[in-house]
Amino acid sequence: MTFMKKPAVHHSALPVNGLGYTVRDYEGGMSTLCAGCGHDSITAALIQACWELDIEPHRVAKMSGIGCSSKTPAYFLSQAHGINAVHGRMPSIATGANAANRELTYIGVSGDGDSLSIGFGQFAHAIRRNVDMLYMIENNGVYGLTKGQFSASADIGTRAKKCEINEQPPIEPVLTALSLGCTFVARSFSGDKEQLVTLIKAALRHRGFAMIDVISPCVAFNDHEGSTKSYAHTRAFYHPAIHTDFIEPKAEIRAEYAKGAAMPVKLHDGSTIVLRKVDVDHDPTDRARAFAYLERHREAHEIVTGLLYVEEEGRDLHSLNQTVPESLVATRLHDDQPAILEQVQKRYR
Amino acid sequence: MSGRVNDFTLKLATANGTGSASANTLLMKAIFRMGVPVMGKNYFPSNIQGLPTWYEIRVTESGDLTRSGVVHFMVAMNAETFAKDHAEVAAGGYLLYDSSWPRGRELNRDDIHIIGVPLAEMVNHHFTDARTRILMKNIAYVGALAALLDLDMQVIEDSLKETFGEKKARLVDANMQAAGLGYTYAKQHYDCPLPIRVKRTNLTDGHIVIDGNTTAALGAMFAGATVGAWYPITPSTSLMDAFKGFCETYRRNDKGEREFTVIQAEDELAAIGMVMGAGWMGARAFTPTSGPGISLMNEFISFGYYTEIPAVIFDVQRVGPSTGMPTRTQQADLTECAYAGHGDTRHICLYPADPGEAFELTIRAFDLAEHFQTPVFVVSDLDIGMNEWMVPELKWDENYRPDRGKVLSAGELEQLPGRFGRYLDPDQDGIPFRTLPGVHPAGAFFTRGSGHSKHGIYTEDAAEYQEVMDRLGRKFDTARRHVPPPQIEYVHPASKGGRKRARPTKCAIVSLGSCDVAVREARKKLLAGGTELDYCRIRAFPFTSELEDFIREHETVFVVEQNRDAQLRGMLLMETDADRDRLVSILHYNGLPIASSHVEEAVLTYLDKGQVA
Repeated sequence: MTFMKKPAVHHSALPVNGLGYTVRDYEGGMSTLCAGCGHDSITAALIQACWELDIEPHRVAKMSGIGCSSKTPAYFLSQAHGINAVHGRMPSIATGANAANRELTYIGVSGDGDSLSIGFGQFAHAIRRNVDMLYMIENNGVYGLTKGQFSASADIGTRAKKCEINEQPPIEPVLTALSLGCTFVARSFSGDKEQLVTLIKAALRHRGFAMIDVISPCVAFNDHEGSTKSYAHTRAFYHPAIHTDFIEPKAEIRAEYAKGAAMPVKLHDGSTIVLRKVDVDHDPTDRARAFAYLERHREAHEIVTGLLYVEEEGRDLHSLNQTVPESLVATRLHDDQPAILEQVQKRYR
Repeated sequence: MSGRVNDFTLKLATANGTGSASANTLLMKAIFRMGVPVMGKNYFPSNIQGLPTWYEIRVTESGDLTRSGVVHFMVAMNAETFAKDHAEVAAGGYLLYDSSWPRGRELNRDDIHIIGVPLAEMVNHHFTDARTRILMKNIAYVGALAALLDLDMQVIEDSLKETFGEKKARLVDANMQAAGLGYTYAKQHYDCPLPIRVKRTNLTDGHIVIDGNTTAALGAMFAGATVGAWYPITPSTSLMDAFKGFCETYRRNDKGEREFTVIQAEDELAAIGMVMGAGWMGARAFTPTSGPGISLMNEFISFGYYTEIPAVIFDVQRVGPSTGMPTRTQQADLTECAYAGHGDTRHICLYPADPGEAFELTIRAFDLAEHFQTPVFVVSDLDIGMNEWMVPELKWDENYRPDRGKVLSAGELEQLPGRFGRYLDPDQDGIPFRTLPGVHPAGAFFTRGSGHSKHGIYTEDAAEYQEVMDRLGRKFDTARRHVPPPQIEYVHPASKGGRKRARPTKCAIVSLGSCDVAVREARKKLLAGGTELDYCRIRAFPFTSELEDFIREHETVFVVEQNRDAQLRGMLLMETDADRDRLVSILHYNGLPIASSHVEEAVLTYLDKGQVA
């Protein structure tokens, strides 16, 4: 892989957002992933969501681990700092960066190998600390860069390209996140950009750890017949449980949703997401019921998507720590250091 | 043993979890407050309750704050280790035991003085509660020792008042009653004070008694660190505990909000990851750990070296390999720290000799980490970190300004001619400019542990990769001129005006860290016997030219260190042009702090027989 800079082409006709930027201002380097890779669609959705939300590009910190998915932060927001951590350790980098500077928007991109195998512990503990960030798992059930081994998210009975059958149960990121107390749990599909963009916007506005598990087929190693993470299989078993609309703080909520089916959830920055149930037996604000619903559909081999659980009242890393509102990047030296040293030392005389 | 006034070693053998640690600290503090220099060493088990533990107090008017290797007075309170403790007392010395139980046959030495005090019997008679009885037995021996060694009871009472404060004032009374029991019994049954005793002086003025984890924590706060991440591990744990404690008091704003974040990570891999994340973001961040933690952190340390992220890592060394002996001391992570991580990596390491220097070098570590944009190690050990040392009061330089290194501001980025390149070398010192996230779009770049060019762009190109590696090598060479130089002491120093150069001795000592106090006392004694030894104490890696010159001008250089494999000697051979045959190892690695007698004997043996042991 080499870095390829995209040629800067300016289309005067492109619409601008509230900051005067076009969507091109949110792009990054040229992708070097395989043609048709689900990850590229997710990158496009991220670009779209950040543009629509009027996020200042350089006020984002992009982070990832190692793997195909972890390459993607180079392909969006080239005006933002990015960091490629060691394999499976992006959550700790994100936690430390966020601890140091809570003023930025954090986007972490990971994969199923990165989050559910080598980095499973860090993934779990970042959820536990409720680090304020968007955490994307670009989930394809397979190790791409090392050419086709099963990952921990591979379903029982799924067949590898070399015909091997996986018999171990998968680690399921959505159920895992739910059981760990994650405050924003969603699943989507790289092939459903409309749903994905909305979910990303809601996740970026959520205060706390927002996880989106995105089924993202690997065209090179896991898109064949017999794979449960292929485009064909995902489309066949795709089951949106809930429809999500994202409404900016300034916009008015139109009351056209049928009573009982529409559920507005207010986010910390004042924006609102309106959830419209597709299935009446799913309640995205009740953890136990959400869990039961998901488990039922999993047994039926359905891939349930949408914002599956949300809790806006959870306290994030900084509210638990009662940190000052501003960044901690500046050294905190006080004028009275000599007096403090003098006072401290009294104890040791 | 004739009179030993202000010059003896007292050792207390107890079981852990019985409250003896506070009694022993009280004893040490009382001696310190009587103006007599004192050393305290705690040899404790990796256990919560019931295993043998010892506390060694050296009363040393001459200021030799190191283990002498001889015990003059033993307080043998632990039945389990009684025979061993009894045997350890030097001829002519004293043994105090709890005579509530008969120890007729075991007391089979006629070359030491035996002092029986029925501690349990008296305490059980006086106090009713079971736990109180256990705790007060310790205070009772403090009382007996006060009478025998002529300690000031008022000083003891004042210390107790400070410990318990207003709220628990009634505990002061109970403790003083217990102390009184021992004191009165000793007075009535023995000829107090003994010839071995403490005499008030004023040699501790301007000093404090403090451990090196506490001073390192203070250093971190004073250097302006705002993010700490850690995983608890002996013997480093108290460093973060102290940092948190100080920051809770001194680093909260008017609203009580914290100007710092301390995160207890899930493991050391995450702890160093958090430090890297915070360092990348631009905050001063650190993690305290010990050898096993460094082992786990290796992948990220290699990452930090190659991506050039500042970080401060404390290794409070304990005995390895593997879990080893977590509550015993060693210097066996010297190479682990200097070369941590896969690939070609070398790191700046600082080696404090005592808690006072731990404070100073911690502040230096933060400056060096940011100046050189790299992980920096403060290589301490259990002896420095957890034992209480008498050191001169810490001083604060009011002119201190943190060295935040080459960081481009938004304004500088605006005016930058051309594109920002993260790993360029505009100043030809190997140190590039960096930018912080969120400051300016022109500063954006992608930090990656994979091969990158000087512009920070992914590369697999041979020349581009090597260019960055060569510059990292130059950066390390620049650091050579910035790290603290060694401390060199000549027996025949240069004259003040510099007209006469130092005249080197034939033999010399090179050492580092907590060996310092033992080396100093050994040199003094050897000099009194006619053996002259110049001394060079290394304070940092990379090694500086002063050290190379020092080795060159001596025929034989004893390298004193606390590990089996002569790690420092190995590093000297690898990193300098030192002649292999000149470097003679003096090693100590049984988990106890090195004693001055060990160094002294090793030198004498070598000079006599041509080999150390």
